[in-house]
Amino acid sequence: MSSESSDWPRRSFHERPARVLSARQSLRERIRSIWAARELLLYLITADIKIKYKNSALGMVWSMVAPAMQIGIYFLVFQVILKNGVPDYVIMLWSGMLVWHFFTNVVTNSTSVIVQRSGIVKKVSFPREILTLSIVGTSVVYFAIQFGVLAALMLLLGHGPAWSLVWLLPLAFLAVVLLASALGIFFSAINVYFRDTGHMVDVGINLWFWLTPIVYSYERTVAPTLHAHGLAWLYLLNPVTPIVLTFQRVLYGDVTVVANTADHATLDVLPHWSAAQFAALNGILIGIGVVLCLGAMHVFGRLQGNFAEEL
Amino acid sequence: MDSVIDVRNIYKEFRLHQGRHKNLKDRILHPGQGNVKELKVLNDVSFSVGAGETVGVLGRNGSGKSTLLKCICGVLQPSSGEIAIRGSLAGLLELGAGFQPELSGRDNIYLSASMLGLSKKTVDAVFDDIVAFSELEKFIDSPVKFYSSGMYVRLGFAVAVNSDPDILVVDEVLAVGDERFQAKCMDRIRQFQAEGRTILLVSHSADQVRALCDRAIVLEKGRMISDAPAGESVRVFREHLLGQPSMSDSAAPSHETVRVTSVATTSGQFAVRTGSSISLEVSFEALQPADGCAVVEIVNGRGELIARTDPSRNPISLSRGAQTFSFVLPVVPFLDGTYALNIGVTSLEGNSRLAWKEQAAQLEVTYDGRGAGLVALSLDVHPS
Repeated sequence: MSSESSDWPRRSFHERPARVLSARQSLRERIRSIWAARELLLYLITADIKIKYKNSALGMVWSMVAPAMQIGIYFLVFQVILKNGVPDYVIMLWSGMLVWHFFTNVVTNSTSVIVQRSGIVKKVSFPREILTLSIVGTSVVYFAIQFGVLAALMLLLGHGPAWSLVWLLPLAFLAVVLLASALGIFFSAINVYFRDTGHMVDVGINLWFWLTPIVYSYERTVAPTLHAHGLAWLYLLNPVTPIVLTFQRVLYGDVTVVANTADHATLDVLPHWSAAQFAALNGILIGIGVVLCLGAMHVFGRLQGNFAEEL
Repeated sequence: MDSVIDVRNIYKEFRLHQGRHKNLKDRILHPGQGNVKELKVLNDVSFSVGAGETVGVLGRNGSGKSTLLKCICGVLQPSSGEIAIRGSLAGLLELGAGFQPELSGRDNIYLSASMLGLSKKTVDAVFDDIVAFSELEKFIDSPVKFYSSGMYVRLGFAVAVNSDPDILVVDEVLAVGDERFQAKCMDRIRQFQAEGRTILLVSHSADQVRALCDRAIVLEKGRMISDAPAGESVRVFREHLLGQPSMSDSAAPSHETVRVTSVATTSGQFAVRTGSSISLEVSFEALQPADGCAVVEIVNGRGELIARTDPSRNPISLSRGAQTFSFVLPVVPFLDGTYALNIGVTSLEGNSRLAWKEQAAQLEVTYDGRGAGLVALSLDVHPS
């Protein structure tokens, strides 16, 4: 090992900073390394989608069948059998489901992603959050597809959105992306150590679904009872609720129903909040989402050092 | 020389979960570490690798070699200690580790290259080189799941070596593909060395380490027992395989029953002319009678193994105590140079060494002909 480094003009290491591997990386460094790996993230997302649809003849159609089926069943049960009397119920249902499917896709798929991809985690070094974020990315694509279907449905039924409020959608979407990512990152790390996490998340998500006004109308069922006890805030503690309400408010609109009772009282399907109130709620959620994301990444950073040996 | 890898006082402990202890119920019902055993895999390992060096890591199974490489690649975090890296590093812990079986070879090249930290632009530039090196031009657009295992690893290796790393970390992956491809990999590794890149290589094969590396470190039960020029470390490693006491753990009991005590020649010198014979007087000391096979290895000045004799042709029977055997090489075919002789006794089955002495003697060969190459080849030409 003669040391004539002058022979190698293109490999000079003097100016290169040393990367210290063992020290715990700060949050800022980790975010920087995630940013540096953004191309990998893109490849993982496209790979996910390609793989999912490569071997099926109908391709993307399948990603629509399952949610459409679910919506069809709820429609049948609530509108046809239980006669809930909400006009264009399918639009309201779909606008809420849109958010919910995105949320559950991210949370449940993220939870298992590190364990599923253990082959890579054990052998290749890259920021592990990328795996979780690839799930978020894939879910965004499915969200876009379902959004497209909803748009077609609205066109078909002649049910326009509340155009003056459309600007709320990106806010609400950002809020749900942040919240879902935070939970996804947190659970994906925890699941490596406690494999029960997956089951617990599944059960929790199921309960959470019914705590969120998706198949039923918030204003008609939950709000009156809670308002009577001054507990409306309790329901809004569920961070998905304001997001779902925003989507419903924008896409479904401010629909009023004339009740089937003797006095023909009018009932609102959705709360009568002003645009500013919606914006404020979503703004708060975005703030909370950012904080939760940073917290989840902190936990993830603490746990990821031992991923390779726990898997 | 600049050091590009600095490993400082690395410790790594694994917690062994005994029995099923993976779920929350167990954790709650049996709190504490009662069910968990700590295993020290790396114990205060420190070394540094200079720019342009090729360093081998030797050690038997479970000695912590792979753990060390995983720590250097950033896949595992050491329990304590620091590793500093300068320059870009490509870790080949497993060939084709990031491949998605359903995707085409083309997609997988981009995917796994980006896992190694390459941008799309860089991959675009070397894409044809990668495909050419892997020799998979015809199959590059079919899914990787249809590849044979050889094709799979060829693609994996091609991506890694074309990723232009400053440091290449290789774990046992050179033993892939057919012989021709292995030779190609070796050529590429040597080209890397010539370009002044740094290589850290784990291998079971002491011969490979001696042939490729400037320096080697030897790990034994997580401790570094040697950090020396490759030949010297190979000697330490081989002696350790025999369970001989070493400098670091002299408390370990010696399992050795046979020892090569000395090697001499009748004439007293180890100089020989090409084509002539040499007779070695090899003395053994045996604690108990043993049957085995005598083996001689010849290693050239560059550390390459030139020849190993066939053990099954030379069974020997050792009785208790000191004794001497004559090892006769009737024809020394090598051209001039200095050759190291490794002498030893393997078990009858030939798969373990009873006694071994690295560099037991140095053979000076002089050649006065005008042939070239490694061995003197005799050629008879006459009218037919």
